[in-house]
Amino acid sequence: MASLAVKMRGITKVFNGVNANDHVDFDLRKGSIHGLLGENGAGKTTLMNVLYGLYQPEEGTIAINGRTAEISSPTKAIALGIGMVHQHFMLARPLTVVENVMLSRKSRRGIFLDTKETARELRELSDRYRMGIDPYSKIWQLSVGEQQRVEILSAIYLGAEILILDEPTAVLTPQETEIFFDTLREMRDDGKSIILITHKLEEILSIVDEVTVLRLGKLIGAKAVDETITKDDLTRMMVGREVLFHFPPLTRDPGDIRFRLDGISAMNDKGLVALKDFSLELREGEIVGLAGVDGNGQKELCEVMTGLRPSVAGKMTLDGEDVTNHEPAFYIQKRISHIPEDRHATGLALNWSLKNNLILKSFARPPINRNHLVQTKKVEENWLQAEKDYQILAIDGDEQVRCLSGGNQQKVILARELNCEPSVLIANQPTRGLDVGAAEYVRTRIINARNRGCACFVVSADLEEILQLSDRIAVIYGGRLMGILPRGSDPLEIGALMMGKGLEEKLEERELEQQNIH
Amino acid sequence: MLSEILSIGFLTSLLAGTIRLATPILMPALGQIYTQRAGILNLGVEGTMLMASIIGFATVASGGGLWMGFLVGILAGAIFSLLMAWLSVTLRVNQVIAGIGMNVLATGLAAYVYRLLFGIRALPAKITSFQAVDLPGLSDIPCIGTVFFQHNVLVYLAFALVPFTWFVLEKTMFGLKIKMVGEHPRAADSKGISVTWIRYAAIVIGGAYAGAGGVFMTIAYLNMFTESVIGGFGYIAVSVVIFGRFDPYKAMSGALLFGFASALQVRLQALGSGIPSQLLLMLPYLMTIAALIFASKKAEFPSAYAIPYSRMER
Repeated sequence: MASLAVKMRGITKVFNGVNANDHVDFDLRKGSIHGLLGENGAGKTTLMNVLYGLYQPEEGTIAINGRTAEISSPTKAIALGIGMVHQHFMLARPLTVVENVMLSRKSRRGIFLDTKETARELRELSDRYRMGIDPYSKIWQLSVGEQQRVEILSAIYLGAEILILDEPTAVLTPQETEIFFDTLREMRDDGKSIILITHKLEEILSIVDEVTVLRLGKLIGAKAVDETITKDDLTRMMVGREVLFHFPPLTRDPGDIRFRLDGISAMNDKGLVALKDFSLELREGEIVGLAGVDGNGQKELCEVMTGLRPSVAGKMTLDGEDVTNHEPAFYIQKRISHIPEDRHATGLALNWSLKNNLILKSFARPPINRNHLVQTKKVEENWLQAEKDYQILAIDGDEQVRCLSGGNQQKVILARELNCEPSVLIANQPTRGLDVGAAEYVRTRIINARNRGCACFVVSADLEEILQLSDRIAVIYGGRLMGILPRGSDPLEIGALMMGKGLEEKLEERELEQQNIH
Repeated sequence: MLSEILSIGFLTSLLAGTIRLATPILMPALGQIYTQRAGILNLGVEGTMLMASIIGFATVASGGGLWMGFLVGILAGAIFSLLMAWLSVTLRVNQVIAGIGMNVLATGLAAYVYRLLFGIRALPAKITSFQAVDLPGLSDIPCIGTVFFQHNVLVYLAFALVPFTWFVLEKTMFGLKIKMVGEHPRAADSKGISVTWIRYAAIVIGGAYAGAGGVFMTIAYLNMFTESVIGGFGYIAVSVVIFGRFDPYKAMSGALLFGFASALQVRLQALGSGIPSQLLLMLPYLMTIAALIFASKKAEFPSAYAIPYSRMER
């Protein structure tokens, strides 16, 4: 154990009275790739921010290369050879790669910039690890994968021997991930030590040498990764119980048609056609999944269905009544619930308390509202009920929603949208960015709503999720409905429709029809 | 009337006036480029200029000399803007409110200082201001000499600050740090740059430039102090920065545009054009609104513009 690059002992970090880290120990062997595993809110990032000097721990000691270190700032961390690549990139988009890098250290030309030398050295380093980065590109011109490489390049350029990567593959395509892992292996072989923060089990098994698991701020265990470790073992450590990867099939037959879309068309924000002649029926007590690659009109469709966007053609009916193009409040009154795609932008008022977020849709009606006054007592009761029913982890409901983890934020939305006994539920990407446990929870809730008779519409770019949940699977491509398939359909067939297969034949058919009419 | 406007004499005088009147907008605008690039919207420029104008003027009036008055004015601007820095960076209050508060404070304080030092008098206190410097050879060129080379030294200084400001922002570590702090303060923090100090520095530099612009009004443009001596130049400077998309050279053209409007307004009044003087007085301000409507849509604001930074917030 002589060659420990990092040795953290008894680290405790408190935020607003909650232990984000509770006496956590962490060891990193030199020249290894170490996985730091845990659900969202388990305290992984907090622990690494302590190591990088961004947070000061309330308790605990850190030793770097066997020597005790007081890491009071990122500058100190950099000087100790620690580099960190954050989940949200720390790059200024209007500046160039080399400008972003130069900020991190003293210039060789005193108060003037040493742009040329730095750019040359960066190019050499980039070539060595085959990263293909042009130091003079502006950050906004680069793809997400390239930006990540810039971050890693920058850390290594600054002499990092210990590299902390916070959920690095979250933004990468599978192909990019492969290349990225190759680079990591190369760096490990060069003697660098790498910490990989993640909640993806496959990554742990495919690249990591050792793994440390955190849960709710506490250390659960650390072990070497070899053939004997399975996904189930890690899941149990991470979540603390077994996780359902498969959901029971439909137990009841769907009822009458509740919500019907008939030839709906709509424009996107740029004024281009985003939805074209889209027709779909949602029945009472069934889940219809909408599969499709992001940005094919899903967002616009959900917005039309909830009154956030006008349709330019077509008709919507709810239980036979025409409900086309009304104000959002109308749909709320009709108990059409909406879990929006972006919980930060449209789902929550981030600076408001949990309690207020929970009554966003019901504050104007009894029992919350009486004589035009909001009944504080009812708000309190409403919160306590939601906290219990949806297992929201919070202090007292008066804190800002901003302070919660993504999973808990989503629970707040679920509580608000499902509490009113919705007749239709429109869920757009309900589990995006959530960890395994939280995602499972959200899906179970949607199934429960279905079983109570709600007509559910689930949009997801995750085909796995669509297959697990849906009683029927609709596929969208280029704003058009490509087809509707039954539960248990072949993923390859769905995938082909998602890529637009069959569109041309359809268009030709339509042209023929129209010619016949004329 | 039209023939008078089109005469060579009128035009040269108009253009010379443009340059002279652009100066008290250009100086604070250049300073606000530092401040705004660092992510701080300092509406207190107006008040900062007013404070500098009275304190610099009082220094000269008490026999301190013009250059001393100029330096004291700069210093007064820097010190007064420290208040803005403390409010917006340390206390993290809303920057618009802090700026307006500063201006209200300055209005009262400047009037108070003036009465304290000069008492209530029938005629305002006067000094001998900076005089135009004739550059030998150049000043004698017809027309061009009048337009460009018959100004006082502070005018030349203001225009020399344009390339200087550009150089600092584009070619030095300090400038790069300012841009980073305004664009992505968290990233700057994680790279070991003190967001607090860079923002303090950017605000104080902005205050010093504003001080120079303010004191220019009392000791180089006029030779006396009135409570309305700044007359909105501070606000115009803030909008010139946005109009110029945070670039010193574009800000210079913006300042010249407003200088032109002000100079034109003065001369049209003198001509007795028949347009009510109140309408003419509005000209520069109307232009501010028009220019901002057109320019601000295109301006790419620093991402952290007017947002206080805290390390602890996610």
